[in-house]
Amino acid sequence: MSTAPLQAAPVADEFDSRAEGSRLMKEWYAQLETANERKAAVANVFVMGNAVEILRAFDFELVFPEINSLQTGVRKVSEEYIRLSEDYGMSPDVCSYVKADVGLILKENAHPAGRIPKASLAVASNMCGTFIKWAEIWERWLKTPTFVLDLPGQRAAGWQVRPGDAQHSADTRWVEAQFKDLIEKCEKITGRRFDMDRLAEVEERVNKMVDHWNNVMALNREVPAPFNAMLDGLTYIGIMNVYRGTEEGVEFMRRLESQLKAKVGRGEGRVAEERFRLLFSGTPCYVSMRRLVELFETWGGVFAYSDYLTFAAGGMDAADLRYDTSRPLESLAEVTAIAAHRGLSNQFFAHERLAQQIRDYAVDGVVFHGIKSCRFVSSGMADTREFINRRLDVPTLYIESDLIDPRYWSDAQIKNRVDAFFEALHQRGGAAPLARKAITA
Amino acid sequence: MNAQVPYDHEIELTNVLERCNAAARDAAIPGKDALPEGFSGTLGHFPVYFPEEIAHAGGLLPVNILGGGNKLELKHADARMGSFVCSICRSTTELGLNGTLQGMTGFITHPICDAAKHLAGIWARNLPDQLAQILYLPQNVNTPGAARYIAAEYQRLRADLEKKIGHAIDDEALRNSIRIYNVNRRLLRELYRIRRDEPWKVSCTESYLLLRSRTRMPCEEHNALLARALDAIRHRGLPAQDKPRVVFVGGFCEQPPLEMLEAIDETCYVVDDDILIGLRWITEDVPDAGDPIWALAESYVDRSDASPVQHDSRKMKEDYLMDMLKKSKADAAILTAAKFCEPGLDEQLAWSKHLDGENIPYLVLEFEEKMTSFEQMSMQVETFAESLLFALS
Ligand code: SF4
Ligand code: SF4
Repeated sequence: MSTAPLQAAPVADEFDSRAEGSRLMKEWYAQLETANERKAAVANVFVMGNAVEILRAFDFELVFPEINSLQTGVRKVSEEYIRLSEDYGMSPDVCSYVKADVGLILKENAHPAGRIPKASLAVASNMCGTFIKWAEIWERWLKTPTFVLDLPGQRAAGWQVRPGDAQHSADTRWVEAQFKDLIEKCEKITGRRFDMDRLAEVEERVNKMVDHWNNVMALNREVPAPFNAMLDGLTYIGIMNVYRGTEEGVEFMRRLESQLKAKVGRGEGRVAEERFRLLFSGTPCYVSMRRLVELFETWGGVFAYSDYLTFAAGGMDAADLRYDTSRPLESLAEVTAIAAHRGLSNQFFAHERLAQQIRDYAVDGVVFHGIKSCRFVSSGMADTREFINRRLDVPTLYIESDLIDPRYWSDAQIKNRVDAFFEALHQRGGAAPLARKAITA
Repeated sequence: MNAQVPYDHEIELTNVLERCNAAARDAAIPGKDALPEGFSGTLGHFPVYFPEEIAHAGGLLPVNILGGGNKLELKHADARMGSFVCSICRSTTELGLNGTLQGMTGFITHPICDAAKHLAGIWARNLPDQLAQILYLPQNVNTPGAARYIAAEYQRLRADLEKKIGHAIDDEALRNSIRIYNVNRRLLRELYRIRRDEPWKVSCTESYLLLRSRTRMPCEEHNALLARALDAIRHRGLPAQDKPRVVFVGGFCEQPPLEMLEAIDETCYVVDDDILIGLRWITEDVPDAGDPIWALAESYVDRSDASPVQHDSRKMKEDYLMDMLKKSKADAAILTAAKFCEPGLDEQLAWSKHLDGENIPYLVLEFEEKMTSFEQMSMQVETFAESLLFALS
């Protein structure tokens, strides 16, 4: 008996999400490589609050600087980029995504996945404060016209905003005013008239993607969970962002859902024997994510869900609202406003959504990944953890490293903490820990 | 017959500064029994800007929560906030957890950065009786409709406060508060004018104490103190010294320790700064007729200053620093940032690169509110001042 991740060959003709995900990412980078030559309009956007639907209606090609930065981590070259920016003068205390991106600018946009094009527009929301400071760097150095999309967020704990109520309407009005302003700017940049029908088409595809996405997430409520939210989930989220509103995106999500449904039907889990279901809170450590997941999976621990999959996918899954394509712009504002409340800015009252996710995914414990450079997730984490432990009596583990800076990864220390956590889970009456040698044998 | 004590402006200023010093250094907030007349509670607010008029009109004393300075020992916050978070957030958390800020009616923070936003969650989890909120001031003030959105946000806050205090905050009370704060704005503008035109008359430290004291007293009382102080300052006969004129930036949120300002005052004239910029965010009088909420909202957009944590395409960060330098005829800049303050550190670098290009001398300093040793910093400032004087002579 082994709890090692299933390495079995996929059932004949079964959708291989990893291979397809990596093919699509390669294609996206290849497309970007020639964008400037083709004189395509290019926009820098972030994963939280980005108006991608409008940009796609103008045929902007999208650069996700966060994904560029995390890719330097995945490809094990992030340190080189980070060091370049620190040599330039950037503080070690700044978000390492920003530093990797500054390194990229200093390397004249030479990225391991290809050359990143110069953007003709940047859209930065206020959902993470760093987005704005980051966009100001492009504004300053590269003269990139920048549009700050201000999304009113969750104001207080216990905050209830319902579609159409007075608060939602007031916030929607403001978001819609900004979309109209953005559209004007896009018209100027691209020299094209805005086409409402195109927006509706993009929205139609986003609706389909979100529906599949939600079904995929719900499948992980099954025991055993068919995928690991912090490994497989990272591939899914990449496609959800980069291909949002495209046919390829819809197709990927559709096939993914049916593949995972089939897996659930067969009673297969991500690990051969699921012993502990866990929730991961925070951002990943892209340089060592495989290793981190392995440390958990050897104990039969699987990440059934992660709040990362909500906020880093734009939060729309939490909005509980789909685009009404008969009034595309109004609806875009309505959904964006509610997603900002329920899926993005609720990070600042994280205990509420974690409490819900703990119930939804029936997890045995929560793993907090604190990251010095990401204050969006980390500033309230220790206090949230205390709340989850004390008030909800759910076991938690806190580990610290970085998104992409390998200098913060301490393997032995993290392994010790993970092992101790599982021992403690076992002592609370959880599944018996497997003898490590039995697993590796 | 009582002998009349002749008016001595130095004694007068000393008296005012003593009162200000006591208020400025007090992290605690007045308890129920020590509230000034006319106030029924306190409303804490975090930097940068907060429309104090709304609290003031509701009989809540606005108290700007500025962390714990360098005398506070962290006993609880260490376990609740990572060591990588700026000191003001950590010490504010400590003051919340150790009971110092327990008596407040509410605590309002802002989307200036992510650490500041998290304070609302920390408050909600640990001080659930207080009205803990994020006032979502917009990071986009350039799209038409921004003022309308801010007005809606102010109305929301007003309604939430009304519910909490159990009575209405009416328009007339708001207009009255606006008038009182307009007086304050005028007095502060005058203080900064003197700093620019006759910096030998008032030091940066004195000006700071005068300003900061507003965080623990009603605006009316502050107006009276400021008026007395300004009168005394105008009468001061201090001679101008041979010191370079510098602009200080980086004090918009976490506060530089007093000792740091004193060290700079020793060898430089600080002719302008962004310290506590939120308390003087509105740069002109707010209209005191018509809809007061609209007047405040519109002023946020059109009569306001600048900071590293407010995006505004009309006020690029380099431009407003250059503007400060020009208007105050400064020779150089002191570019500071609070340790672990990401927006401050980003700006510090951008400013330094810009001043390189403009050939304007600057000194880069990193501070922490909890700093206790200033020797090295004093030496750095002194060397910088000497080099400036040498270059200017
Ligand atoms: S601070 Fe965190 S959320 Fe913000 S850009 Fe950096 S990694 Fe992303
Ligand atoms: S000091 Fe900087 S990081 Fe800290 S709360 Fe203020 S703006 Fe945010």
